[in-house]
Amino acid sequence: MSDLITQFRESLESLDRIRAEAIFTDALSRQSPIAAVEGLIVPALEQMGAAWHEGSVALSQVYMGGRFCEELVERVLPPSDPDRKHQPRSAIVLLNDYHALGKRIVYSVMRASGYELFDYGRMDVDELVERALADRIRVLLISVLMLPSALKVADVCSQLKARGADIRVAVGGAPFLFDGGLWREVGADAMGRSAGDAVAIVAAWMKEMP
Amino acid sequence: MNSMQRVLTTLGHKEPDRVPLFLLANMHGAKELGLSLRDYYASAKNVIDGEMRLLDKYGSDCAYPFFYASLEIEAWGGDTIFSADGPPLCGAPVIRRAEDIDSLRPPAVESSPALQRVLEAIAGLKQRLADQVPIIAVAISPFSLPVMQMGFDRYIELMHEQPDRFLRLMQANEEFTVNWANAQLAAGATAICYFDPVSSTTNIPRGLYLTTGQQVAKRTLARIKGPTATHMASGRCLPILGDIADTGTAAVGVSILEDFAQLKAAAAGRVSLLGNLNGIEMRRWTPAQTELAVKRAIAAGGPGGGFILADNHGEIPFQVADETLLAIRDAVDRWGRYPLDWVRDWVDPDPS
Repeated sequence: MSDLITQFRESLESLDRIRAEAIFTDALSRQSPIAAVEGLIVPALEQMGAAWHEGSVALSQVYMGGRFCEELVERVLPPSDPDRKHQPRSAIVLLNDYHALGKRIVYSVMRASGYELFDYGRMDVDELVERALADRIRVLLISVLMLPSALKVADVCSQLKARGADIRVAVGGAPFLFDGGLWREVGADAMGRSAGDAVAIVAAWMKEMP
Repeated sequence: MNSMQRVLTTLGHKEPDRVPLFLLANMHGAKELGLSLRDYYASAKNVIDGEMRLLDKYGSDCAYPFFYASLEIEAWGGDTIFSADGPPLCGAPVIRRAEDIDSLRPPAVESSPALQRVLEAIAGLKQRLADQVPIIAVAISPFSLPVMQMGFDRYIELMHEQPDRFLRLMQANEEFTVNWANAQLAAGATAICYFDPVSSTTNIPRGLYLTTGQQVAKRTLARIKGPTATHMASGRCLPILGDIADTGTAAVGVSILEDFAQLKAAAAGRVSLLGNLNGIEMRRWTPAQTELAVKRAIAAGGPGGGFILADNHGEIPFQVADETLLAIRDAVDRWGRYPLDWVRDWVDPDPS
């Protein structure tokens, strides 16, 4: 299987959609859609995320690959499919700034990994807290690019805590990559270095949450 | 040596009297004048006064009349969103549909009040500084400007899926950037910092860079009538450092995500390096951490010249304390004096 994952990943990185689709179709002929997603797409996207973090893959490759995988998974696991992971109730948001690419990538990779989550778009602190509480969100993924936005995560976390919300917050984005201690400082529960990390974090939290 | 001599010497890959420091804390000018960022950037006089105060206080080796990136988007018909504590950001995309590119025309520099404010600030600084201190102006590269013009996700899609429209967009942007950079040089800027983060290998693979960003940079820099430095704004560039040098740029702003000693070796006298202090971490550096960061950067980049100490993003966050900026300057004074004899025997106390 690892050879197939490598081939699939290489086809995504080189934007060879025909080859990627052929590998995925072949996997589908031997296993269920959710097994093919979890056995092929999820690890390939995780590897690409890790490779981006270490500098051997570019963001454009991660974005185009994630977007294509989202399309592939949409075909075999539509949003209403019972195999889609609707729990824990999750949402992703771009907090306070206007650079949406990171959020878009994480959203694509999460959906390409079989997760359904709310896309809140861009929100400020108060709007986000109210919406997350109203939607009874359990996992909140916050994406930022600018340092002032990253610092505002502290306001989100403190307001959620003051309201007694049982929400875990994972953060991602450039300020957290450049300052490895920042996510703890703002009170987040985890930090993802790549979109693949977001999937791993949510998967781990799924097991822990009642 | 004055700042200009110091910088020119290091750009000639020789050792000046000390390591030049580009303290790119442009937003701190507003703090110095007690103004909001919106009010500060509304007037050229404010920026002139702010830059002069920053030079007096911190002893940087350049003036940096960079207002904010989205100012260029204002010239294209867009708007800017100001905040109290961070760089102004661009508002809604000016290219809403890919088809808009077909009729896109580059705006005239002289018809943009925002660009004119920058030119006025540069001229005012030139009057005060003459040729003692270099004035570093900024132009966003034609290749990176679309991130603000249309959004990064749609731009990546355009590059891959609509190559003809991509070229059409580059033609319009190149015309604008060349005119904008040359207007700043004519107003008194010493050099242009060509911000090109999309070309970074953080954002696109080398193969794509060679057929896109590098070609755009070669065409654009050849038409800019003055020296340029290319800045990756925190993005990685080690695999393309030689390719960037081939565009004709004199210096490259590099990333803290890469090993500075490796970058220095790769530059190999072909381009100077600008870096490599972590502007985000800088917000909570202690005096001891500040000194160590400066020593590390100087130890890796300083020997032989071809090195200017700066943050790795080209803009120090508003949240960085004045005391930290002063500590950086003090550390450069202490450890940046050539010859850098201490470097030979220095052992990093925390190499991790």
